[in-house]
Amino acid sequence: MIALAMLARETQLSFRHGADTLAAVLFFLLTGALFPLALGPSPEMLARFAPGIVWVAALLAALLPLDRLFGADFEDGSLDQLLLSGLPASGVALVKAAAHWLVTGLPLLVAAGPEAIMLRMPSDLLATLLAGLLIGTLALSLLGTAGAAIVLGARRGGVLLPLLVLPLATPILIFGAGAVEAGAAGLSPQPHLLLLGAILALALPLCPIAAGAALRAACE
Amino acid sequence: MPLLACQIAPPPGLDHTHGFGNRAHGRKIAIQQSNQQNQDAPLLEVQGLTVFRGERLIFRNIGFVLPAGGALMVVGPNGAGKSTLLRVLAGLLRPVAGRFLWQGRDALTDPVQHARRVAYLGHADGVKPTLTAAENLRFFARIGKGSVEAALAAVGLAALRDLPARLLSAGQRRRLALARLVLSSAPLWLLDEPTLGLDQTAIALLGGLIAAHRAQGGAIIAATHLPLPLASAATLGL
Repeated sequence: MIALAMLARETQLSFRHGADTLAAVLFFLLTGALFPLALGPSPEMLARFAPGIVWVAALLAALLPLDRLFGADFEDGSLDQLLLSGLPASGVALVKAAAHWLVTGLPLLVAAGPEAIMLRMPSDLLATLLAGLLIGTLALSLLGTAGAAIVLGARRGGVLLPLLVLPLATPILIFGAGAVEAGAAGLSPQPHLLLLGAILALALPLCPIAAGAALRAACE
Repeated sequence: MPLLACQIAPPPGLDHTHGFGNRAHGRKIAIQQSNQQNQDAPLLEVQGLTVFRGERLIFRNIGFVLPAGGALMVVGPNGAGKSTLLRVLAGLLRPVAGRFLWQGRDALTDPVQHARRVAYLGHADGVKPTLTAAENLRFFARIGKGSVEAALAAVGLAALRDLPARLLSAGQRRRLALARLVLSSAPLWLLDEPTLGLDQTAIALLGGLIAAHRAQGGAIIAATHLPLPLASAATLGL
């Protein structure tokens, strides 16, 4: 109940700051558009690299809004109110992660299809790519929330954040891109997707707990 | 620092001297009674509280008792630890020694439970500039089960309900933060410099809200430099 009320508030705030979501999606599309310029427009090569490009661009774009995830609440005193709202600190972090996915992960997922087609990825692999991205962006939102909570209050936290989150996100990238590679090679992508699911299952309890502890420490 | 102990005066009862007192529209304050706890125990009892921030000792051996309906003014020079004490009592900060009892039981055994017992007004207003005054309160109305309109009326902001909070003045934003207290059903109000930026009318409104809260059995702890409209409040010097 409290969690739903907080999720409603967070998404309402994000809609007011709609430019943040738009910036992440445009960043995602533009990064993807740079690769044909750098690698050359050969359709075979682009099709070969497309899954990796989409995954790397999505990973970087998902990081963009993270440094403000708790920053504004921390500075204007809202974070104290959230921590005293009757939700445990880990619950506050979980709602923040859900809000991040709704306003960043989900739009990226929608934009990933057009971007993959733009890069001439075979359309029969699209479902595998999106299935991987669905699990991957959820896990990224959880990891990113934990990272954002940990760097909260640190000077230059925005620079520290990618250094903290990107190494932890490498398994997501490897299995996500691997699923599409396997599909392209005529193998089943299922093992890769299951491993992605295992990462999500691990992140779902651990990341909110870590983020909650970090939030409590930041508010001391 | 010496051992500080003070007994708070009994509640003033239904005090009608504050003209605004009855505008608090029949909130129910959730003071929980359980069979296991001592019914005679005071609402809040603080024993030997000692707090460090980093390596620095802020205060030590603070102790006081606050009954239901009581009020405590925390006074002291800048940096004496008034805000720190309020954050400790809110459960945001852990003391290194000492404890505080809620109705005779250790308050921090369940911090989430304790968070529901306190309404905290910090230095920062916690107001979102892009949301309107009413939207700012909606979340707190849903968790506190109050009415946004009544809370805005209680702090004199009813006419500004649809204005984005970034267009409000500092005093009006403070009033909006006060409206959060009105929406809360928590029995203990922790107020950190509540009059910051408020005009005389708003201070009188605050006095009325506090009197109504105490009349319903709620308690107040306020850190302040300025005199507050509090009837029969005890003072704790830090």
